[in-house]
Amino acid sequence: MATSTSTPLGAPDEAAAIRVAVPAGGLSQDLRAISIVWRRELIRFWRDKLRMVTSLIQPILFLFVLGTGLSTLAKHGMPPGVNLRTFLYPGVLAMSALFTALFSAGSIVWDREFGFLREMLVAPVSRGSIVLGKCLGGTTVATFQGVIILILAGLAGVPYRPTLILALIGELLLLSFTLTAFGVMMAARIQQFQAFMAVTQMLVMPLFFLSGALYPLAGLPTWLTVLTRIDPLTYIVGPMRSVVFNSLNMTQAARHFLSPGVTWDGWLVPVALSLAIVAVMGAAMAFVAILEFRKND
Amino acid sequence: MASSEVGSTAVNTGPPMPGRPTAVLVQGLVKRYGSLEAVRGIDFQVAGGEIFGFLGPNGAGKSTTINILCTLAQPTAGSAEVAGYDVVGARESVRRNIGLVFQDPTLDSYLTAEQNLRFHAELYAVPKQFVDSRMRQVLEMVGLWERRTSLVSTFSGGMQRRLEIARGLLHAPKVLFLDEPTVGLDPQTRASIWEYIIDLKQREDITIFLTTHYMDEAENCDRIAIIDHGQIQAIDTPEALKASVGRDRVQISTADDDAAIAALDAQFGLDAGMHDGLVTFSVSSGEEFVPRLFAELGVPIRSVSVARPSLDDVFMSYTGRTIRDTEATGSDAMRALRQRFRGR
Repeated sequence: MATSTSTPLGAPDEAAAIRVAVPAGGLSQDLRAISIVWRRELIRFWRDKLRMVTSLIQPILFLFVLGTGLSTLAKHGMPPGVNLRTFLYPGVLAMSALFTALFSAGSIVWDREFGFLREMLVAPVSRGSIVLGKCLGGTTVATFQGVIILILAGLAGVPYRPTLILALIGELLLLSFTLTAFGVMMAARIQQFQAFMAVTQMLVMPLFFLSGALYPLAGLPTWLTVLTRIDPLTYIVGPMRSVVFNSLNMTQAARHFLSPGVTWDGWLVPVALSLAIVAVMGAAMAFVAILEFRKND
Repeated sequence: MASSEVGSTAVNTGPPMPGRPTAVLVQGLVKRYGSLEAVRGIDFQVAGGEIFGFLGPNGAGKSTTINILCTLAQPTAGSAEVAGYDVVGARESVRRNIGLVFQDPTLDSYLTAEQNLRFHAELYAVPKQFVDSRMRQVLEMVGLWERRTSLVSTFSGGMQRRLEIARGLLHAPKVLFLDEPTVGLDPQTRASIWEYIIDLKQREDITIFLTTHYMDEAENCDRIAIIDHGQIQAIDTPEALKASVGRDRVQISTADDDAAIAALDAQFGLDAGMHDGLVTFSVSSGEEFVPRLFAELGVPIRSVSVARPSLDDVFMSYTGRTIRDTEATGSDAMRALRQRFRGR
């Protein structure tokens, strides 16, 4: 790294200033910026244990209370040996990441209100590295939140198989990145934290309900079929469910009934394409977020 | 108005300290927001190592100017250089060479003091081997080394401001911008912030550019510029500015005030009057005049006081009003409230 000192480095208590010439920008400087913005997100997440616990409540309610309560009702519709909790599990996994990722992105609005955003925006680093650091930070904490739900997999009848866990973590990372990028993109334009939370609340439930997290995406009325195909979350919940159900012992017919995959007018969207859609959306939104932050200079 | 004649001669943009590099160079700077002209063509220079004060009421154009110098706003016309770099053409270079302390807090109160500084060190790419020693140095300078592992949310308003100053210095900037560094703080804390600022000038090879609307604080600057209505009304050392206003105020109490007033007129041609129950008049050099007064007045004098013009008088003479007349009274209270909310 290009560094220079005009006077020798003295002991810290020495009166003379330590001359630190801040080096000209470059890739290593951007990486340091990305890394510190990311680390701050982790520090703040770790310090806020209350948030960590409260964000678990909703997924756990859905999985164990709704999942158990409705299972008597759903008994006749479910193939033998499959629990409603198992069916709900991939959707609940996505949900746990959903809240944490958006909340993490929303901290940008919080930072703006309380001034810290200014500290970041006046620094001699590119806006891109700040946005990227933020997105990666949100990705990490949201995935971590999902991993806590992964630990509970056994209670939902999902086996602890290493390949399955790894695949789900990979999908969680992808989902979390895209969601954080979406949140950061919104945060670039919203001035008040309360407004951000209101918009988030307004979007989260429709996204969740239309994603197929709570019901199979086959045999639905046309209007609902169309809406579910528009919901970006559909393209990550589908692959998550198929990786879970592929690791369960059941008949092909039962699997097809519970995890029909995402179809476009009868054509089955391959898992790879589904994941690619989510990845491209994430990248596009992160890019828009960077442009937004460059613009409102 | 008396201001016009003095104003034109006091604006002096020549190098204030020959032989020192220019830290800030502003030429014909204009900033318009729509139809509002916040800065109307200002010129000035700040030499390396100076404490330079930008003095003016709220809304005079101080913050707009400082924002342009810090690359946070684009000038509509004119140019500005900071630490030798153009604020428009070489933004990144300007940013690397300046430290900023804003009016409103920009700390992360959920991080510790040390984590806030470390964040800054990484963003400014301070070479890794210097981070720890430099961090210790700046924290000790503002007396917060012992509190480095405390969360910022536990800090008082004054401690937060000191931490911001330490952070602004962490990357050893050539120019430190302090926008209203003491606004919203109590008088004692304000005084201690100033001790740190003056101490800083002794320790570091740094130029300090600050804005304030506190007249008493402006006295600490090497030079000040009085800005009002987006224009520089006067620029000089506090001493010279006060001298430019001219006359000292002399107040005496005598055995017979009416006789004294008559005698002042007769003996010295001075127009005296009663103010605060004292015979009051102005002379150009009060201290030299007092001995003559005792010798020649002919009326017994019980007490005498000579007051130099304050910067308040200077401001009054250049702008035709006191700075308090122009102050938005609500903003300080709001800020104090916000501070309390943050520090909860």
